[in-house]
Formats: sequence, C-alpha cells, structure tokens
Amino acid sequence: MTQLILEQALNGLQFGLMLFLLAAGLTLVFGIMDCINLAHGSLYMVGAYFVAAAAQAADSFWIGLAVGVAGAAVLGLLLEVALFRRLYRRDHLSQVLATFALILIANEAVRAIWGPAAIMLNPPEALAGPVAFPLFGEEFFYPAYRLVIIAVGLAVATLLYLLVAKSRVGMWVRAGAANREMTEALGVNVRALFTAVFVFGAALCALAGGLLGPLLAVQVGMGESVLILAFVVIIIGGIGSIRGALVGSLIVGTVDTLGRALLPTLLRATLPADAAATLGSALASILIYLLMAGILFFKPQGLFPARA
Amino acid sequence: MAFYRPARWQRPLALGLFAALVALPFVLEAFDQSFYIGFATRLLIFALAASSLNLVLGYGGMVSLGHAAFFGIGAYVAAICQQAGINEALFAFPAAMAVAGLFALAVGAVSLRTRGVYFIMITLAFAQMVYYLFISARAWGGDDGLPLAGRMTLAGFSLAGDRPLFFASLTALTVAMLLFGRLAQARFGRTLQAIRENETRMEALGYPVFRYRLVAFALGGAVAGLAGALLANLTGLASPNLLQWMQSGTLLVMVIIGGVGSLWGGVVGAAVLLGLEEALAGLTEHWHIVLGLLLLGVVLFAPRGVAALFGRRDG
Amino acid sequence: MADALLDVRGLSRRFAAVDALKAVDFSVVAGEVHALIGPNGAGKTTFIHHVSGALRPDSGSVHFAGQDVTGLSMHERVRAGMARSYQITNVFPSLCARDNVALAVQGRADTGSSFRFWRPVAAETALFAEAESWLAQVGLADKADAVAGSLSHGEQRALELAMALATKPQLLLLDEPMAGTGPEESARMVELIENLARHVTILLVEHDMEAVFRLADRISVLVNGRMICTGTPDEVRSDPGVRRAYLGDHL
Repeated sequence: MTQLILEQALNGLQFGLMLFLLAAGLTLVFGIMDCINLAHGSLYMVGAYFVAAAAQAADSFWIGLAVGVAGAAVLGLLLEVALFRRLYRRDHLSQVLATFALILIANEAVRAIWGPAAIMLNPPEALAGPVAFPLFGEEFFYPAYRLVIIAVGLAVATLLYLLVAKSRVGMWVRAGAANREMTEALGVNVRALFTAVFVFGAALCALAGGLLGPLLAVQVGMGESVLILAFVVIIIGGIGSIRGALVGSLIVGTVDTLGRALLPTLLRATLPADAAATLGSALASILIYLLMAGILFFKPQGLFPARA
Repeated sequence: MAFYRPARWQRPLALGLFAALVALPFVLEAFDQSFYIGFATRLLIFALAASSLNLVLGYGGMVSLGHAAFFGIGAYVAAICQQAGINEALFAFPAAMAVAGLFALAVGAVSLRTRGVYFIMITLAFAQMVYYLFISARAWGGDDGLPLAGRMTLAGFSLAGDRPLFFASLTALTVAMLLFGRLAQARFGRTLQAIRENETRMEALGYPVFRYRLVAFALGGAVAGLAGALLANLTGLASPNLLQWMQSGTLLVMVIIGGVGSLWGGVVGAAVLLGLEEALAGLTEHWHIVLGLLLLGVVLFAPRGVAALFGRRDG
Repeated sequence: MADALLDVRGLSRRFAAVDALKAVDFSVVAGEVHALIGPNGAGKTTFIHHVSGALRPDSGSVHFAGQDVTGLSMHERVRAGMARSYQITNVFPSLCARDNVALAVQGRADTGSSFRFWRPVAAETALFAEAESWLAQVGLADKADAVAGSLSHGEQRALELAMALATKPQLLLLDEPMAGTGPEESARMVELIENLARHVTILLVEHDMEAVFRLADRISVLVNGRMICTGTPDEVRSDPGVRRAYLGDHL
C-alpha cells in the first residue's frame, strides 16, 4: 500500500508539473492579453508531433525534443503575428471562434501529414528501465524516465517562477496581467511583450508534449482533453497568476492521479467490489471538477486572483 | 444592440419556409431522394439545439461553452427511458427536457456567479465532467454509448421511418421558434437583453439579475435536451461524443455564423454549417481545414456573422 | 435618530491596507435633502456603494425605513425603495428614452413580474404611458423617441434621473448629478432636483458647492473615510474642522 501511494504520489507530481508547463502559458495569455486561447492544446499536440518527428529523423530523443520545442516556438511566433495580434482587442466570442477554427485546422493538418494512427515516441535508451530505492527496508522501483520528467519539470517551474517573480521582464508581465493600460502608459513595449509571452507559452507546450510523448500516445485530439485540465488548473489558481497555476497544477495532478488509483480501492471497504469499481472510477473521473466547483463556490476568482 | 423586434418580412418568410418544409418529404420521395429526409431531420434538430444556445448566448449574453452537456444528456435520457422499458416519447421527451433543464439549473447556479473568461471555462469544465461521467458509466454503455433498440413511439404512433421523425422534429423546432420569438418581445426577453447590455444598471433598477440569467440558462438547457432526445431517435445511439466539448464548440460556431442574438441565428447557422459539411465532405477528406479557414475568415472579416454579410439584421 | 429614513451605524471598510471608511455614522431624515461632500478620495463614492448595496461593509449596519438592509443585495434595496443615479452616465444608449424608463417601471414590484414569456411588452401601454409621464417630469417629454445615446450629456443625466424616479423610491441617491454638465445644464439640474425634493428624500453627493449650499437642508462632510461634521449649511460653513480640512482654500 505504501508502495502504491508513493508511486501514485510521484505520478501525480509528475503529471502536475507537466500541467503547469501548459497552464503557465495559458494563464499568462489569459491574464495579460485577456485572450481565450482554445488552441493552446493544439500547440501541445503539434509540439508533441514535432518532437516525435524530429526524434525519429535524428534518432535521438533529446535532439528531437530541442528541435521540436524550437519548431513550436517558431509556429507560435507565426500564429501570434498573423492571427492572435488581431484578436486581443476583440470580444471573447470572436476569440473562441477563431481559436476553435485553429483546432479544426491543426487536427486535420496533423491527420493529413502523419495519418490518423498514434505514432510512437521512445524514451531515451538509458532511461528506459526503472531505478530502485531502498524504502522502509524494501526495494522501491520507479521508472527512471518519469524521474527525469519530474526533474525537468521542477527545473522549468523554478526557472519560470524566478523569471516571473524576480526578473524585470517578469515584473512587466505581472504588471501587464494586473493592469494592461497602465503598463503600456509606463512605456513597456506591450506588443513585443505579448509576442514573447505567447512564443514562450508555445515552447512550453511543446516541451510538455514532447516529455509526455513516450508515456501517452502522440495522436490527434490529444490536445483537447489536456486543454480542459489546464483550464481547470487556472480556474482554481486564478487567471493570470503563475503561483496560482503552479499550486493549481499540483493540486489537479495529485488529486486526479491519486483519485483514479485509490478511490476504487477505498470504496471497496464500504461497497461490494463491482459497485466500488464502477462508482470509484466514475467518481475519480469527475473529482477535479467537483473540487473546482467547490473552490469556485467559496472563491469565485480562484485561489490567487491576479487582478484586484 | 436595441431590443429584438421582428422585421416585417419575417412572418411571411417563416410561413413560407414552414410550408416548404411540410412539403419537403413528399417532394424528396417523389424524386426518389428520401435519403435527404434524414439529413433534413438532422438539420432541424441541430437548428433546435443551436437556437437554444442562441437564447443563452444571443439574448442572455452568456458565452457558454458547455451546451453540448445538455444536448447529450437529453439523448441519454431518451435512451435510458427506452432501456427502462418506457418507449413513449410523450414521457421520454419531457423527461429529457426536465433532466437537462435541472442540470443546467445546477451548472448555472455555480457558473453564473462568475463572468467573462471564467464563465466560458467553467461551463466547459462542467460539460467535460458530464462527458467523463458517462464514459465511465458502464451501465450506460461507457465509451460505446447507449444504443436505442428502435425509434420510440409518440402518442402511440411509431417514429420509425423518415417522415414521422422529420415531422416530430419540425414540430419541435416550430414551437421553439414561436416561443423564442414571443419571449424576445415579452418582459422576460427584454429584461434579458437589457441585462446583456448593462448588468449593473439593471441591478440598480431592482432586477434580480442572477435569477433571470439562471432561468434563461435552464430554459436553454431544457430545449437542448429535447434536441438531444430527438437526435438519439434519429441516429439510434446516445453517444458520449454528443457530450464532448468540441460539440459545444460546433453549436457555438453555428450560432456565431448565423448571427448572435438574431432570432434565426441558430437556424441559419445550423443550415450553413451542416450544408458546408455535406458539400465539403464530398470534395475533400480534409474538409475540416477548409471549414477552419472559412471560420477564421468569418472572424476576421465578418464579425457579425454570415447573416450580417447579407445585410440582414433582426436586432 | 428615531425618524431617520436611512440610518448608517459604525460602517467600516478596508481595501487592502487602506481604511476607506472608518466607523461612519450617518443618517438621512425623511423629507430632507442631505448633501454629502468631501475632498477627492475622501470615500464618498465608496460610501454610496455601501449604502446602495454594491459593496458590503466589514462591519457596521445600514438601516433603511426601519429595516436592517445590511445583508440585502442592490436589487433588494431598490425594491425596498432606494434608487440611485450614477456618477458616470449609465443609461442604455441603444434604446430610446421611453424604453429606458419603461425598463425601470417594469422592474418595480407593483407593475407585475417580469417572468412573463409570451405577451409582447409593446402591448403593455400602461408601462409606456407611465414612462412618458416620468420623462415629462424631468423635461424630456419631447425626447421620448430619441435614442438615448444621441441625447446631449445633460439630457442623459436627466434621463438617468427619470429612470431612478420611475422605481418610485423613498430615497434617491444622486451621485454627482452635475458632473460634466455645463453651467446652463447645471442650473436646470438644480431646478429639477429642487422640484423633486418636494416628493422624495434625497441624498446628494456633489462637488458643485454652489448647488450643494442651495439645495441641501443638511450637509455631512466626509474626510479620509471619517464623517467629521453634520449640520445645516451655515453650521458646516462655520465649522473649524471643515474649514481646515476642506473649505479652507475656498473661503
């Protein structure tokens, strides 16, 4: 049981950190540009495909990851300059329609280029196996690759946190999230800042997509379900807040993972096995939404509202 | 936007359209094209669903991205009724409306406390919750959805065959459009439209704004539930795909294309989108790309919707 | 005060680290025109928001017509008989003046519920007849068909007033009704308020001192979130605290 809980807790942490990579870009685009980007999940999907394709071509996961992330950044740049720039000042409805159209285009383009079947992305050879730890006198096994994801995720999260919380650019970003007009009036080149944030968000998407690629299937539509989770994260955390995105990601990642792993088992204590399995998995799948509703009921602005 | 007021051409056009639709199945059968009756039925059902969203979005100003939940719930309620041995639509359809409406009431009670981007995302998240719930409910078919053994009966008459379901759907859409058209000019509709324009001012005039929004949201959900029940009869399946948020997006796209807040927006949008789908799917396998580009074009060059492109404005 | 229509006791509110309102006591007696003045940033608008129900206090109470309304929302307070006009003109610009006021009439409890789904409002002639009579009261009788957005600034302020009146309030909260109006328009507005004061109790927040001293029966002075003085215009004029804090540079 301890084994299971520890393993699932680590999985939750890993999932939460990957969610954070997605939610960070999303929350900044929302917070600063007041722009709803449904196609954020598509950047994640396209990024994962870029990484997979480059990794296959170069026969190296790490080169693939670097090339894929760079490719997604370039794509983000093109999208920002060609489309998003025109959307910032439009109403939310136009943004929803335009980014929904992007999803349709992205899904279909990926299907046309790489085909409808999921493609494989192998983790680096050296990290394929599990590592063993001693734990309470027992051996505890955990996949090496997942540990690397956790490490990378922690590193990026720390970097991002420092960047936003401590650096001058970060100050502009936070100022932009809190009050766009004022920041502009103070002479910050908001247009360039927007572009930079968007491109950065796209790169983070691809990083998450590439890292998760070996664990999940790289396939059409992978962006949509993860997008909703990222939404839940930033609703819980508060739109525009990096800290909120981090806390929200860890909450959602942990609750979702632990809920799926443990709820059916826990319910078995009080219910017949069959009912426990059905109810447990149903409950686990909606757990984070119930959590979100609960948090919203008490804090409609999320845990860390960025705007006063 | 000023209050909705029906244009002079509206009544004759609506009557003409209605007459044409009544004649349609017979004409199609005469030309041996009865396949298209099914397509027309689908169109009527989606027009109903999109119009119900238009009540919420167009008149109420609530950008809901979770409307498919109510649509899908309606479909499931119909299928579950049949599974439980109730094959009478006179019971199943109102039940679908009631369950979808009540669920909308609950979702609205939480999400209408928020505004703007939050509201969009929360409605989306709640719909996704329903989606996962049905996917994991093995008793109701899980991933595969819940099939209907056959079409239901309406007041004892079977809905099997092309014509009966077509006329049932036409009746539902006609009644709904009549209701929405009256509602928009009645006190409730004017209140709703004024709230869309300036919520604080309405509050300061003594209107319980939240309650009006909630009722509109629930009413929209209930009508979407009816559309779902009809669709389940048409396709013979209550599929979890109906609940997916891409479905909500599709309904939203229909309303935007047709013209947000114009009475006929949902109908026009459903006709345009399904028509495009039918036309483009025949031309290219990757018609979604074409559709996406068209939508981008609408956003960038015709922000008021296709209806506005032709200079037709109801609002 | 026993016969106070509006009675505010110990109202406090903090925003972040700032005390916006500090234990404010304030009352308006039925029938009077009570002006609230104070330098910019004194908390006047914040105070009005608390009276009207747009904001909730950290502590303290608001009683209206003998009823504790502290926990009531804005629309409930309007229904209880408290109407407000806004500092920034807040009408429905795309609707005609008549429709604007008709919305206010329709919102009142005694004209029936607005949860009516079938009968067109256009058939409710009583609604529009009443709206026109309110428009006549504020001098907009001939502007009923004009789209509100096309009216002059002063006319929009008058329209705003007509909407507030149409809720048939016992107490009218006027938040800077003269703001942004020219001298001629303000003179007309002062006359209008003078006329209204015969029928309804008025709480007036205003910067235009000439108007305040002409209209007010009593004046309260809010400085840095504290009510430093309440009295007749003469008492306020000669109050040393007020002179120091506010009127010093005027007199």
